[in-house]
Amino acid sequence: MTAALSIERLEVVFDRFRALKGVDLEVREGESYGLVGESGSGKSTLLKAITGLAPVAGGAITVNGKTLGKTRDKAFYRDVQMVFQDPYGSLHPRQTVDRLLQEPLAIHGIAHGEKRIERALDEVGLGNGFRFRYAHQLSGGQRQRVAIARALILEPSILLLDEPTSALDASVQAEVLNLLEEVRRRRKLTFLMVSHDLAIITHMCERLMVMQNGEAVETLTASQLIGHRVSEDYTRNLLRASEGFVRTA
Amino acid sequence: MSGNPDKQTKGALLEVDDLRVTFPTRTGLVQAVRGVSFSLGRERLGIVGESGSGKSQTGRAIMGLTSPQAQVSAKKLSFDGIDLLSAPPRERRALRGNRIAMILQDPKYSLDPVMTIGRQIVETLRTHEKVSKAEARERALEMLRAVQIRDPARVFDLHPHEVSGGMGQRAMIAMMLIAGPELMIADEPTSALDVTVQLDVLNILDKLVAERGMGLIFISHDLRLVSSFCDRVVVMYAGKVVEQLKASELRDARHPYTRGLLNCMPRIGFERHPLPVLDRKPEWAA
Repeated sequence: MTAALSIERLEVVFDRFRALKGVDLEVREGESYGLVGESGSGKSTLLKAITGLAPVAGGAITVNGKTLGKTRDKAFYRDVQMVFQDPYGSLHPRQTVDRLLQEPLAIHGIAHGEKRIERALDEVGLGNGFRFRYAHQLSGGQRQRVAIARALILEPSILLLDEPTSALDASVQAEVLNLLEEVRRRRKLTFLMVSHDLAIITHMCERLMVMQNGEAVETLTASQLIGHRVSEDYTRNLLRASEGFVRTA
Repeated sequence: MSGNPDKQTKGALLEVDDLRVTFPTRTGLVQAVRGVSFSLGRERLGIVGESGSGKSQTGRAIMGLTSPQAQVSAKKLSFDGIDLLSAPPRERRALRGNRIAMILQDPKYSLDPVMTIGRQIVETLRTHEKVSKAEARERALEMLRAVQIRDPARVFDLHPHEVSGGMGQRAMIAMMLIAGPELMIADEPTSALDVTVQLDVLNILDKLVAERGMGLIFISHDLRLVSSFCDRVVVMYAGKVVEQLKASELRDARHPYTRGLLNCMPRIGFERHPLPVLDRKPEWAA
């Protein structure tokens, strides 16, 4: 299998703070890969570095065989799209859903916008009735569906997901996770998904990397994690924390 | 301390009967809380529901922090025999922070950004008790130590932006506990924190609540977390209580909403694709 995304010794430095300290990562084509860790561990920074939203100070990022330079070209953004954590902050408050979805099409000069928008909305389970609404007229789950539609409308092969459900209620989270699994299956997408919730990562991903302080702690398969076959104490702590509160007498 | 649900029947600390909170909007009246009833002894009660279920508004109404344009009504809303709805504002102010305290979700927004942590704790204490500055400082430091802040003297002089989320939340717990409240309302006290820090904060809260014999209302959207922490759970949907049960009997929950909430979360070691989703019935909200 070929690698859809491969990262070597990636360094990200904000002023003098090293947010990523030489991280290696390889995501196979069609795979769903998870990144877990506490806040400040660098998991979101890693996604941002891929899209060109974080200052890369060293290392190499290769997407579908092409090593990225300082800037990203349009073709890159057709291939790689991102869904952000907060659906309340990532949609333009003064644009209708229709306008939001037209923007990527206009940037990339794609024809038959009408059809594509209809199809994209259908695919995320919203339907045409939502086309001329504003973000504030939608619930959190509906907004996240719009954000997913916006990412899918360019037909990317890789989707970067930054805590896509952590701002949502549990029941809505289930719906959005199901939707993501479904589009991945249908479109054979590659996922790179960030979450602080181990249960979500084991549900969605086949392999995962545990991160702390800008470094990889260990790489595991989902089944290793489920079977508690982990070698690092940090991962064990995360596992214990995800089991909920236990009263110590 | 073991959860004893019979405690609530004798000498309830808080009694809520048919609580309603109504907001006037451009399109008419919106009832955020529609007839909520429960009573609380010196126990840990969880209130669980999704956004918009009215769980936070219930907590705010008890605390007396409902926004002024909203109307609060109830057949009974009493704390230790004091009728909260007819109590004059002065009396409620005296209760707030002293006998009833509230922990809010995000220390980033609920602590005063331009005041040191120490001064905020001292302020709470000196509002409710006549103590000298030196003694207030001493007690604030002691309280910071009680919430397991290792270097209290240093944290005392820091501003909220200089500490981490977990530390900020501990500082807030310290501030809320310093006047020795009898009822604590914790509104999503750990949702803004990292999973690993969450447990530390819950452990501290648990210990202090048990040691001091407080009543606790724990408001959260996380049914699992609440049931592992509380003695009893009240489940809310669309402003109403749909089910009340002992936390230990959560598995036998009867209401489809409670069962749906329990079911729809991914769990480590339980493969279910797709995840079951809630099939919301209009009669739940009726």
